Amino acid sequence: MRLISPNTNINFLGQRKIAMGFSVLLILASLGALFIKGLNFGIDFTGGTLVEVRFTQAPAIADVREALAPAGFGSAIIQEFGSPEEILVRSQNQDSEGDSSAISSSILGALKAAFGDDGVEMRRVEFVGPQVGDELTKAGMMAVLVAMLAILLYVTFRFQFRFALGADAALLHDITLIVGLFAITGKEFSLPVVAAILTVIGYSLNDTIVVFDRIRENFVLNRKRKQPHDEVAVVNQSVNQTLSRTLMTSLTTLLVVLALLILGGEVIHDFAFALTAGILIGTYSSIYIASPVMLALHGKFGADNEEEAAELAARP
Amino acid sequence: MVVLLVSMMGSSANVLTLPGWWPESFSKPLNLGLDLRGGIHLVLDVEVEKAVAHQVEESIDAVRQELRANKFRYSKLDAEDGKHVVAVIKKDEEVSAAKDVLAAILPGYSVVVEAGNRIVLTIGDKESDEIKKFAVDQSIEVVRNRIDALGTTEPVIVKQGERRVLVQIPGYEDTARAKKLIGSTAQLEFKLVDEQGDLDKALAGQMPAGDVVVYGAQQIVNGRSVRQPYLLKKRTELSGTEVADARVGIDPRYNEPIVTLKFNNKGARKFDQLTKEHVGERFAIILEGVVQSAPVIRERIAGGTAQISGSFTTQEARDLAIVLRAGALPAPVNVVEERSVGPSLGQDSIDQGLNSIVIGGILVLIFMAIYYRAFGFFANIALVFNLLLIVAAMSMIGATLTLPGIAGIVLTIGMAVDANVLIFERVREELSLGKTPLAAIDGGYAKALTTIVDANITTLIAAIVLFQFGTGPVKGFAVTLSVGILASMFTAIIVTRAISSLTIEKRKRVEALSI
Repeated sequence: MRLISPNTNINFLGQRKIAMGFSVLLILASLGALFIKGLNFGIDFTGGTLVEVRFTQAPAIADVREALAPAGFGSAIIQEFGSPEEILVRSQNQDSEGDSSAISSSILGALKAAFGDDGVEMRRVEFVGPQVGDELTKAGMMAVLVAMLAILLYVTFRFQFRFALGADAALLHDITLIVGLFAITGKEFSLPVVAAILTVIGYSLNDTIVVFDRIRENFVLNRKRKQPHDEVAVVNQSVNQTLSRTLMTSLTTLLVVLALLILGGEVIHDFAFALTAGILIGTYSSIYIASPVMLALHGKFGADNEEEAAELAARP
Repeated sequence: MVVLLVSMMGSSANVLTLPGWWPESFSKPLNLGLDLRGGIHLVLDVEVEKAVAHQVEESIDAVRQELRANKFRYSKLDAEDGKHVVAVIKKDEEVSAAKDVLAAILPGYSVVVEAGNRIVLTIGDKESDEIKKFAVDQSIEVVRNRIDALGTTEPVIVKQGERRVLVQIPGYEDTARAKKLIGSTAQLEFKLVDEQGDLDKALAGQMPAGDVVVYGAQQIVNGRSVRQPYLLKKRTELSGTEVADARVGIDPRYNEPIVTLKFNNKGARKFDQLTKEHVGERFAIILEGVVQSAPVIRERIAGGTAQISGSFTTQEARDLAIVLRAGALPAPVNVVEERSVGPSLGQDSIDQGLNSIVIGGILVLIFMAIYYRAFGFFANIALVFNLLLIVAAMSMIGATLTLPGIAGIVLTIGMAVDANVLIFERVREELSLGKTPLAAIDGGYAKALTTIVDANITTLIAAIVLFQFGTGPVKGFAVTLSVGILASMFTAIIVTRAISSLTIEKRKRVEALSI
């Protein structure tokens, strides 16, 4: 069985202007949403308390709020979590007395007082102090930055600098769109989402490298056969040759990530959502962004075609 | 084949009961993270500056003694900013001599003389770093002792960074009690009540020299909440460090739980002395800055035991005894991060995670078998083997499986077939170029190899970065992802090759490939 016929020759690069325009539009929309709506940061970054409880009988949200009000948590965010019996309480309260870690205990205590000891069950408590929140934010940004730098280095070493820039352009594109998607949907942006983004970086790059590898191979092949060095044609041919693999791998990965999204439970839902979106975006970007950017940078780094091809052939 | 066998042995501990001869390193089951087995996860921050400040304050006593012994008169002697000792000398001509004397008794301090005869001693960086380090190590010991008293299995208490302590208590649910038990400084002090001093004047601001006002616990009197003030001598007669043992008892008079203290030898001697010299006076028992009780000394107490009463519940009394036995924390600790999971959520996460692995895995297996037929089947064998390998490797290196870790495994299933897809697509291309089946297999594997390595190394880079910067559960994800990538490279390149060679190259003539 084949998804893509072996003789497929779609003119991807012919569509690169349209694709670029489309991507620029999406990036602008993402940035716009980021500036206007902003991200719904989770307590990992803002600091605060999150308590997930399960009731034996589904309570009305209003009753839960009423139970929490006397304890001073009237302004807490209360929402259903997966099923009507499960409730998530989120509080940004920072206790002036300094012991904010006791907030979760007060919330649980207030709920048990109102609904009975056996009526409520603690499922999960998360508390992040403001200082830790700052540290996690910094660590998250550092992680994304370091990953991109490390990749830039590796791809420069294995290919060429402009390939590396093409790869990183695709990655920036992916990150912007995923973050933008979180801003638009208002889904919670938490530490696991950052982990998902880093994974998508790895995944999208995987796709990009496969195409680049083929481009390199074809450059070398062309040189051996003494054929004219037509970069655009070679790149297009390479994208087509790897297309069936790109789609196959995306499909199998998408299958399992969808399984995770649908069956994995509420706790990792946002994480799975970021992965799913990232795999779709990453597949698109490795076809439409990485190679065109690499092509656009052609000759920008002071070498002509022949030299470049020769140098590429000599790479490890 | 050897690897296959080893990995099956390694992962078998998770599903089977094993015979006694099974090698020990293979029989460890997979560690489940707290988010899967339920339990308390706390990160504590030790206020190390307070430990330094405490040390600086302690050194004031030595400074005072030295100044008095040398008959230097001073108008002020105090600690400032938690790192300076400041002495103001009255006579100009004595400043220089006093400076030399003080520098000699506090060798770790730097000494500066400022205008107005101020001698400022500042604790050195090396000195204060040592105090800080010691405070964290000591806190870990104390916290360990307190948690051990809860009787839970396998608690984890380790240093994290410079001043933080990670505490994990698997299978324990009462987060409020655990936090209180860990967080109480358990600073116990015995001070004499100043029976001559005037409490009302002291409250109005005229504090008698060497005295201090300390309040009792909050009480409801006539519907109003009040705290009883006590006028005490500043000097601490006895402290928690002199307690050898603490037990819960019942006060026969009121039938209330009390905590009985037993002092060590030094403490017993001091207590004997104190009660002998101050019969008829009161002494206050102060716990964490709150006066618990202030009983009258009726007679000399020689046995070295004392009692703390204060309308405790039985559990409060028991926890108080635990923290007094375990000793005081050298500095206050704060919970800066908590991630606790109830047992039911942990089980749900395991179930849902396994469901996603099984369903996602089956979908991929079906898809591969349809798409690549016989070769898809080879890839599927490799995939199952790959899963075994991940579980085995994680069991053997003692890695912890977390919920994001399960997600990592799920993701690996999807990505593991990638290497095979690359190879198979290449083989198909070679076939369509008109090569013979065997040559096509050779060519396909050879050409796909560099691509596979390049592509996986970049993913590995991302996973390693994640491991470096991630915390807790995210680290678990990075571990399974890395192990998964390595395992999938191995299975795709070696295992499927072996299977396809075994099944195809046995035949004398191969005319077509089922790919």
